[in-house]
Amino acid sequence: MLELRQVSKTYGEEATLVQAVVDVDLVVGPGELVAVMGPSGSGKSTLLTIAGTLEEPTSGSVLIAGRDVAELTRNDRARLRRRSIGYVFQSFNLLAGLTAVENVALPLELDGTRAGAAQRLARAALERLGLGDRARHYPDQLSGGESQRVAIARAIVGERRLLLADEPTGALDSTNGESVMRMLRAACRDGIAGVVVTHDAQLASWADRVVFMRDGRVVDRTPPRAGVESLLGPGTRS
Amino acid sequence: MSVRHALLALLSEGPKYGLQLRQEFEAGTGEVWPLNVGQVYMTLQRLERDGLVESEAGAEEGPQKSYRLSGAGHDELVSWLGPPPDTGVPPRDELVIKVLVALRVPGVDVVELVQAHRRRLVETMQHFTALKADTDEGDVGLLLVADAEIFRLDAVIRWLDSAEARLRHGVDLRFPSVPLSPAARRRRRQSQDQGQDQGARR
Repeated sequence: MLELRQVSKTYGEEATLVQAVVDVDLVVGPGELVAVMGPSGSGKSTLLTIAGTLEEPTSGSVLIAGRDVAELTRNDRARLRRRSIGYVFQSFNLLAGLTAVENVALPLELDGTRAGAAQRLARAALERLGLGDRARHYPDQLSGGESQRVAIARAIVGERRLLLADEPTGALDSTNGESVMRMLRAACRDGIAGVVVTHDAQLASWADRVVFMRDGRVVDRTPPRAGVESLLGPGTRS
Repeated sequence: MSVRHALLALLSEGPKYGLQLRQEFEAGTGEVWPLNVGQVYMTLQRLERDGLVESEAGAEEGPQKSYRLSGAGHDELVSWLGPPPDTGVPPRDELVIKVLVALRVPGVDVVELVQAHRRRLVETMQHFTALKADTDEGDVGLLLVADAEIFRLDAVIRWLDSAEARLRHGVDLRFPSVPLSPAARRRRRQSQDQGQDQGARR
């Protein structure tokens, strides 16, 4: 589903050159949750923004569902972002003037889905995350845990195939953090490919595989779990 | 883990057989702490000798012998629960010793060593997180055991993170700055003086 091939990203020039990401290979299949773990400044968040097509790599390629993102037109790339990729951030990034269900329906409506249909899909996504009774609440009427669950609903609503999360439990206590990770894991089990970046080992341990980054490079990986490996077949990952 | 007190706790629910005690102990701890039958019977015999449990009068030794908690056993259980375990003396942690020893062994890349240990700990943590993910929320005992292991491993991984940060910082210390030559010291003093003059003019 997501494939990064020899991806590098540099900022600045000559004396001020910063190598944020260096020659990273990563393959994440449908149904799989992969954690990218590393200290701050290790390049993990930059890698996530490149995977999400929010930033272009300096070299290397990003393939989503088998298509090289660099070969897409700007419009096609924007459509891919809206339709296929869901993002979850530490700060939930919900729009304060919209209710939970309107927040979840928004990306669908922006993509041309009629309002009624978008709201139905949004409500179904909220119900899947146990938030059916919070659909008409505004973000300031929701707890931190509920807000992040609304953000996850927004990230998996419709036909999303790739879920990207940056420290999704960073603002939550351990109970709410655990329930958010249970939901991310469940979403991936339903066929979405998931990548979560974090410095937190507890959060990373919810993933099927953990990739360790330091100074922009992948320095280590845990072996894949037997269940996921047999699901995807051998030789499907780097 | 005190097997003795765990058995007293299980018997506080009512009389039980030895085999049943073993099964309940393992189920309650998610088979994280396996217990063999011999350990169970030996512990029960000692508890009986100390008057903390009572067995069925006249029953034969073996799986069908039933045990129940005595009054003294109940008092012992309650008085054990309250006081904190002895945390005054730090345990001699093998991993800490390994990293300390590695610092003195020529040719060992300590940062790589730290990473190898971190990966293994995260793998073990994945095992307990998977156990937790697959456990019904009603099985509180098992969830508590999994949490305890996850928090313990997390503490060790955090220590490794902080050790790595210290060691990487230490790389600079291994290359102390070379003392400046007298000419270079003069040049630096002149440029500092000029800087102060400009500052004073502003």
